This record gives sequence, C-alpha cells and structure tokens, in this order.
Amino acid sequence: MSLERCLSFSRATLRSVCFTKQHLQRCVHICVRRSSTMSQAALPILSVFPSRALVDEKFKVLVENLPPGCPVTIHSLHHSEDQDYWEAYGHYISDDRGKVSVSDDLSFGGTYTGKEPMGLLWSMRPVLGSRKGLRLRKMNVCTPMLMDISVYSRHDGFRDQAPLASVLIERWYMAPGVRRIDIRERGVRGTLFIPPGPGPFPGLLDMWGGGGGLLEYRSALLASHGYVSLALEYFSPGQLQTADLEFNYFETAFNIVKDHPQVMPHRVGIFGLSLGSIVTMALAVESRIVRPRCCVCISGNHCFPPGRTLAGITGEVDMNYDKVRVDENNYHIWRDVGLAIMKEPSSKLDMGKINCPILLVNGHDDQNWPTVESAEDIAEMMRAAGKEHLLTRLEYPDTGHLIEPPFSPHFRATNFIVNLTKEKVIMLWGGQTKPHSDAQEDSWRRILTFLQQHLYCSPSPKARL
Amino acid sequence: MDRKQCCVKLSVQPSRGLMDEKFIVLVQNVWPGFQLTVHALHQCEDGHSWEAFGHYAADATGTVNVSEDPSLGGTYSGVEPMGLLWSLRPVPGSKPGLRMRKMNVQTPMEVTISVYQGHQTEGFVDQVPLAGVLVERWYMAPGVRRIPITEGGLTATLFLPPGPGPFPGLLDLWGGGGKLVEYRASLLASHGIASLALDYLTPKITIETRKMVGIEYFETAYRVLQQHPQVFSSRIAMLGLSFGTSITLKMAAYSEVVKLRCAVCVSGSHVQPVDGSVEQILGYFHKNSGKTRFSDENEAIWRDLLLPIPTDSSLKVDVGRLQCPLLLVVGEDDQNWPAYESAMDMKEMMERAGNSHLLTILSYPNAGHLIEPPYTPHARSSFFRTVNAREKMMALWGGETVAHSRAQEDAWRKTLVFLRENLF
Repeated sequence: MSLERCLSFSRATLRSVCFTKQHLQRCVHICVRRSSTMSQAALPILSVFPSRALVDEKFKVLVENLPPGCPVTIHSLHHSEDQDYWEAYGHYISDDRGKVSVSDDLSFGGTYTGKEPMGLLWSMRPVLGSRKGLRLRKMNVCTPMLMDISVYSRHDGFRDQAPLASVLIERWYMAPGVRRIDIRERGVRGTLFIPPGPGPFPGLLDMWGGGGGLLEYRSALLASHGYVSLALEYFSPGQLQTADLEFNYFETAFNIVKDHPQVMPHRVGIFGLSLGSIVTMALAVESRIVRPRCCVCISGNHCFPPGRTLAGITGEVDMNYDKVRVDENNYHIWRDVGLAIMKEPSSKLDMGKINCPILLVNGHDDQNWPTVESAEDIAEMMRAAGKEHLLTRLEYPDTGHLIEPPFSPHFRATNFIVNLTKEKVIMLWGGQTKPHSDAQEDSWRRILTFLQQHLYCSPSPKARL
Repeated sequence: MDRKQCCVKLSVQPSRGLMDEKFIVLVQNVWPGFQLTVHALHQCEDGHSWEAFGHYAADATGTVNVSEDPSLGGTYSGVEPMGLLWSLRPVPGSKPGLRMRKMNVQTPMEVTISVYQGHQTEGFVDQVPLAGVLVERWYMAPGVRRIPITEGGLTATLFLPPGPGPFPGLLDLWGGGGKLVEYRASLLASHGIASLALDYLTPKITIETRKMVGIEYFETAYRVLQQHPQVFSSRIAMLGLSFGTSITLKMAAYSEVVKLRCAVCVSGSHVQPVDGSVEQILGYFHKNSGKTRFSDENEAIWRDLLLPIPTDSSLKVDVGRLQCPLLLVVGEDDQNWPAYESAMDMKEMMERAGNSHLLTILSYPNAGHLIEPPYTPHARSSFFRTVNAREKMMALWGGETVAHSRAQEDAWRKTLVFLRENLF
C-alpha cells in the first residue's frame, strides 16, 4: 500500500486537524504504524453530545477507553470565515476506568483550568503566529460554526503527534425552521429572522455598536428562542460621521417589526449593545412614535447629545478625543472620553422619562466606556422619578465591554477603525477571560428570562415563576 | 377554558440530533391544568405523511415536559420521552402497507413538533397550532464521510467516522428486499465504526449479468474494508438482519478469508443448505414456500418455511465452529422468520460444542421481525417483495408497537456496547 494511496484517503479526513502538508504526512504514517502495532490495545473513544447544537447550548465531552491515570489533552480547533485558526485545550488525567469527562473533571492546564464544561469554546484564542487584534464573529448564520474536538496523549508537547481521536461538531446560530429575510424597505436596511411556527411572536429590534455593518448572529439566536428579530444596519464600518441618519430611521425600523403580520404589535422590545444601547435608550425615552415593551442594553450609556443624531455622538467624542489614553501595548482606552462627556448634563437622556422595563448589562472592567458609572447615573435619574422598579442592573467583575452570547471567546482588545480619524487601532475592551466568559453565560440566561417575562405573556400570576 | 392560549413556548432539545439520541420536548407558558396535544408530523421521502401525538395536561407552573409527564392518550400513553417518534404512523387516508425508511442519509429527517389546544385526535392539518418547531434527526454525525465503493465489482457505501483513525470496521447487511440501504451503517460510523453498507442481492453486477453474487463478493467486501488505510484490519465485525444473518453466520463459520472480531445477527436463522450459494439458499427458502400461512388480514406469514429446525447438519450453519463472540437479537413475535427457535437451537449447538461462552442472546417478547435503530416507527406489516419473487405481498412482520419500540431501543444500546467491547 503506497503512501500516495494513504494520503489520498486521508487528505480529506486530516485537512481540518493537520494544516500543514508535513503534519498531514506524519499523521498518516502514524496511523498506518498504529494499525499494525496496536492489535491488542484499546482504541480511545471520543464523543461530544450533542454534536449539533445552538451556540448557547452546553455540550458534554467524553473520552473513554483510555488507560487509567493517563494524561491527555483535549483540544478544540476552529477555522474561521476570515481564515484564522482559533484553538483551546485542557490537560486532563483519566480516572481508574480510563474515562475523562470534561463536564465533571478538572483541567490542570491549557487555555483554561478547573471544572469547565465549556472551556473548550470560551477560552479559544487565535493560534500562535496569527494576526493581532482578531475578533471571531460569524457573518453567515445560515451555516454552522465547525469545530474539531480532539484528544491527544500527553500534556507537554501534545501537538507532536496525531490525535488519538477527533470529532467534528456544529454550533448553530439558527435553529431549524428559522427563516431569514433581507429587509430593504422604507429606507431601512437589515435582516429579519422569524421563528418557526404559526406565531404570532413577540418582536425585537436588535442593534450592535460603533463598529458598524450588519451583524446578524444575535438576532438569529433570538429568533431561535422565539422572537421575531430585526438585525439593523445603521451605518457602514468607519462611516458613522457621514451616516445620514435621523432618529426616524430607528423608529421606522421598530415599526417594520411591529407591523409584521407574525408579530404581536404590543410586544416589541429593543436590544442594543454599546452605541446600539444609546439608540435603544433614546427610543424608549424620547420617541413619540414607538413604545418598546422592554429594553435590553449591554455595555451602554445614556449620552445622546441634543440634536439626537449619530453624527452628534461622534462630534462629542471628537471634542473629547484628547482624553483617549493608550496602555503599555498602545491599545486605545476610551473610557475617560465617556467620563468627560457624562459631565455635561445636556448630553444625557432623561432616563426618568422611561416607561418600560429596562435591563442594563455591564462589565466593571469596561475600558471602552464608563458603562457602570453610566448605569449608576441612570439609576439615580430613575429613582428620582419614581421609576426604579423598571430598572434591573447586572454588573460583572473583571468583565469588559464586548459582552457576547455565551461561550463566545473573550475579546480583550481587537482591531477597530476609528470613525473620526479612519485610523486602524487596537481598541482595549477590557475584561479577564474567565470572569468575562462567566458574565456572558450568566447574562444571556438572565436576558432570555427578562425577555420571556416581559414579551411572552404569563396566563396567570400562579404560572409566573 | 375556551379562550385561545397565546404565547405558548415550545422547545425541543436538541433541535438537531442523531436518530438514536433522545430529545426533551418542553411546552411552557400555558395555563395550569391546560389540556393540550403535542403532535409530530413527518413527510417521508416518498411523499407520505406520518403523525404521532400525545395528550397532556399542564402542571401548576403551566408546563408540560414530555420526558417526565404522562401522555393521557393519543398514539402513545404514559411517560414516553420519544413516543412522538416511535409511534409515528401514516396519516388517516394513507395507502396501507407503508414502511418508513430513509434512503438519503445526507439530509436529516425533518419532524414538525406542534402544540394544539385540547385533546385532539384528528384534523390537525386543518387547524392552526399554538406553536410549532422543526426538529432535525440525522443518520450521519458531522464529519462522517460517505464514500461510494465500486471497486472489486461491489455495490456498496463506506461510512468513515471523523478523525485520523484507525477505526474498527463493520460489514452491514440488510435482508431479502435487496437494495443499498445505508442508514444503519451511517449511524454506526457516527459511533466511531467504519461501516460498509453492502448491496448483495441487487448490486449493479447482478442487474447487468442477471447472476446472483457468490461468496467471493462478501470476501471482496471484507478485503476492501480490511485494506483501507484508516481501518483497523484485525478489528472487523459483521452485522446482518434477516437474510443478512444467513450470510453473516455463513461467513463467520466457514470463510477462510473473513476473520471476524465479532458478529451481530438480528432476526435471522442459521438454517440454510450449508454448501449452498446465495442463490441456492434463497432457492431452499422458496422451495418451502408452500408452508406460507396467511393472517386474518391476508398478510403473509413466512416463519414456518424454516420450521421445524432441521436436525440434519447439512441444513444449518455449524455455529459450534465459531471462534468469535456472537450477539443474537430476536423478537419472540417474529412472524417472518423463526428467529427465536433458531436462536435456541444455536444455543444448544454451541453448548454441545463448548463455545457457548461466545454467545449472547437478546430475546424480546412481543417484538417482531424488523428490529431497527431506536425510535424507528414500528411496522407490524408492510408491502414487501423478496428479490426472487414476482410481486409485492403484504408481509406480516409481527410485534406489538410499545414492546417492539422498547426492544429497538434496548437492542441498539446493547449492540453498541457489544461492538464497543469487542472492537475498541
């Protein structure tokens, strides 16, 4: 049996775990040798349940049939849409029955330690040699994220050999039956996601932040949880200043959701992150056209200068740009810009005027914006107006600005184009990986509960948990 | 309460699962005590619609959990987490004699799970449900590779698990209906076994030459598997159902080429002319077709064709010669083959020969002939044509649905354990 035949059979298999030709050849050699020498040895069995899941679902990773007390490394690898490789791994020791259960056992090293059922996902980071400042975001939500989960023998130097076993898993943002519809109407640009089933459903207007563009993944996930969700595009990356956007753009977007035949018109909420949060709060407080049923604001603030245009926001940032600091790595820290802006009362929305429940989710280590200070101020305003019963605050220690859906890797600092200067910088978002990941997991669960409580009707007080 | 229940939350987890995985169906946000029907609808590849449903009453928190709460009626009753799948049956008005089999394993089986108000038994298609979700059931795990095999004149499909290997191998044989049936092999590959689904009654070579294959065909299949660079050449098993059992036992006991690590025989028999070719074995069965009986519904009962179990040793595979572990799976209500009687006879033969420590028998009361992967709807009878018959007949397979479905679930789990113990 020739090496060529080996390679041609194995190429497809090993492409995802061996990304160099040399590594590929080594794997095949080892495979052939192993076959003939291992006639008595047990074959390790690796399984991940479920193998196809939504991105916010947990999985169980199990290795069986190992020798007892055997050191192994469990490794995850993802090849992103941007062609970067992301990985995570944990060092484990099999028990007396030759089993390793990632959900139950402790990792003794790697990209995460301790008992971490989902560590193989949230602790992922770009492999050595990757470009700097990367962020992992799925742009095409109609296909799943593919991950190779492998088990290697040993801890140190585990990469020197082919894995003992490897499986492929799928992580989806869209549940089966969720429909994706391009929206280009009434001047609004976005993507609408509709859950399966007859409906009617509650609705959500979903907005991301200052990076711009059209990010669909959170809306797809919200639709998978039963909400008609509109991912809104409101400016192109780097184009915030010239974005010809009036407040009315967002009101129209809200109404597109509200007017949809499968949406319950009185149960439409707004979901925003960062800049999207500002818009969310502005709509809740100042709009005479829309009445959101509830709001979720992640890493947001209530600073919206008079005039209420997005260009106005950049104007304020411009004026305080001298407050931008850099850290020892030359990463941009913008939180002092935010603190300066907050000192100007006319820059702030009067949150006392809000009439719907609002959930604020923030990180104490947010280096991009003083979101916790903003939340304090919002709480003050609402207390003074007798509205504090509408406010829920979630604030997490050592958590940064980019609070994403659970099990997403933590991005402490990533590439960003500054709208004002068109500079490419690395923006420091903050957070320490483990606490930040805990915050992502915890906040998502609470966000879903909050949305369910306010947007899905409860038939009787007794039924409310 | 007549007021329409709104905002019902229905979820199924996982929404994308393998065929042999369980799911949890949860209905939330209904009124406490609310009566509802959870309904499953599936349109199979040949266009027929299948449905199942259970009647439930919500608890004090307004929740129904199909895995924990009892169905009060419908196509299944009691606490049945997977009843919505295994009790699927053709919708009213369908043709008789249908059987559900997925031929394209690269796409999932799609099932729509819905909630309807009240305890309904019919007319689902005319009503708007309170909620509905789509569930995918896959025969192939992500990363499993499907490779058509034509070398050596074979008509087969190889399913390779993901990963570098090497993997244990398995030859997968179905029964007298022929065709290339892939779904069990793809499911086994999803469990880490490189599995070759083999068409041995209607392969291309038989269609073209009008001649049935010989023993060398199976030996070629074994060799193809053995020589694959990602297959562990000394860890190959064989799994046969019905007539596939006849071939499996023959290979296991007599072949010089095929050296099995273990064998699984489902719903079959060792009774066959020992020196016969495939064609001659089929001919032997046909010779006895006068013993066919018919049920009250005119369904053909073929179990008597091989009864009584012969005492003549030239008419049964000498299982005393076996040197590998053997798992026999039989349904005691098998109306198609005398699988139970054969299993008892094999046990006796092996006890006399001193190799009965290799034998495990799983015998299920009230289970029929078609012991399929778990949650496959039970077909007590269906239209069937053996390859050498001229026309389709209604064949009685046997089995009572609940017992048969439990048998499928249990047998599959134990088969996987058996394969794991012997191959890994």
